[in-house]
Amino acid sequence: MSSKPQSVGETRAESPQAQSLSNVGLFSGFVAVFKRDLTLAYRNQGELFNPLTFFLIVITMVPLGITPDPEVLAELAPGMIWVVALLATLLSLDGLFRSDFEDGSLEQLLISPSPLYLLVLGKVAVHWLVTGLPLTLLAPLLGVMLFLPDSGYGPLVLSLFLGTASLSLIGSIGAALTVGLRKGGLLLSLIIMPLYSPILIFGASSVASAIDGFGYTSQIAVLGAFLSIALICAPFAAAGALRVSVNG
Amino acid sequence: MAWTWFHQFGSPRWFYEKTTAWMPWLFALSIILLIVGSAWGLGFAPSDSKQGNSYRIIFIHVPAAFLALAGYYIMAISGAIGMIWKTKVSYLVMRSAAPIGAVLTFVSLFTGAVWGKPTWGTWWVWDARITSMLILFFLYLGVMALQNAFNHEESANKASAILALVGTVNIPIIYKSVDWWYTLHQPATIKFTEDSTIDPSMKYPLLLMVVAFYVLYATVLMMRTRTEIIARERKSKWVKEMATAS
Repeated sequence: MSSKPQSVGETRAESPQAQSLSNVGLFSGFVAVFKRDLTLAYRNQGELFNPLTFFLIVITMVPLGITPDPEVLAELAPGMIWVVALLATLLSLDGLFRSDFEDGSLEQLLISPSPLYLLVLGKVAVHWLVTGLPLTLLAPLLGVMLFLPDSGYGPLVLSLFLGTASLSLIGSIGAALTVGLRKGGLLLSLIIMPLYSPILIFGASSVASAIDGFGYTSQIAVLGAFLSIALICAPFAAAGALRVSVNG
Repeated sequence: MAWTWFHQFGSPRWFYEKTTAWMPWLFALSIILLIVGSAWGLGFAPSDSKQGNSYRIIFIHVPAAFLALAGYYIMAISGAIGMIWKTKVSYLVMRSAAPIGAVLTFVSLFTGAVWGKPTWGTWWVWDARITSMLILFFLYLGVMALQNAFNHEESANKASAILALVGTVNIPIIYKSVDWWYTLHQPATIKFTEDSTIDPSMKYPLLLMVVAFYVLYATVLMMRTRTEIIARERKSKWVKEMATAS
């Protein structure tokens, strides 16, 4: 990883005015990024609904393409909802750092005295709040459309709640790697999708196993474990990738 | 003092000139090992009591799968060395390792499919190992795609090194989850007990083939790295001198 931005931060820390900057608490950068991104998301409400609409439309295509038979759809529902939620997250990820990269505010984040890890975490947290969480809340409705059996709703919401957060975190690495490229969108899906397979496996199977009458807590526990690993590791990798994308 | 060799290896020119002397030996060794191993495995090892001669594909299938997995780690570790010590050659090794690994993964998947047709009666099964190999193949493709997407060489190297390292963390997780997913969905028709025990008369040629593939991998990796070095340093003096001298 390039040490350029860090060295800039160090030289600033020695000057008196930077002394006051570094006295600012550890989380103030996180809070600032969090507030800013949330405000930006609120002001571009049109974009907020795009992943949700995508989710809804693709789920509508499933009965059209396969069959309207409730039994078949009920069988497909857990996997289908999970796969489409994954795709919707992927499509929204391209914009995670893009506008900041284009208007130069990403460079300001890189040279700020706050640890980049926390700044990335702030951006990812907002991304999850405006895509992952709404997708989770919309999922039961789509479950009704696909005749998901009653016992599946609890694990569906719970697994998506934990799973989409991991998806956002892991995806941020891909978004950071491809932010400097003009056509990053498809490449982002290509490099990140294989890394999503464990989450998809445990997420969809928690729903399926609840429908079959088995316990689903072990899958949820594993999803929670994935989330905690991703929470610790993914922002580091994304921060390193951002340095590469911006500084070369 | 002890680290001088490490830094010397980091220099493309030193690496190129040193390995020139090794190449014929590596070539010869890998060809000899491959010929002996395949003759032993294909010609002299006994045929399987249940599968007849079709099992003989393991002499390609298993070594290719071994190297496909090991190759990812070789790629990621050389990427990590490049990021930490900023040696030029390690990135070139990483770049050369990606396509070789992808080809080996494809070979192991392909030979698996060819083997699966006579023994299981189907080309493709969603078996845990097959699926995780397929995901490994996608990971290789991802690293290669990311590499090609950048115009700037330095960023391409660093970005794909990061991706390769992220993949390294993920490979055990993916492998375990797919394993778990498979035991959940296990179809009852197919049993994977054939190769749990292997007779020494088949094991030794197989081990020899694994060693042969390792040497072949080293040879091909070095060849590709040397080509990358020449391509990268084509404007430097020593390459020009070498090109005009020969």
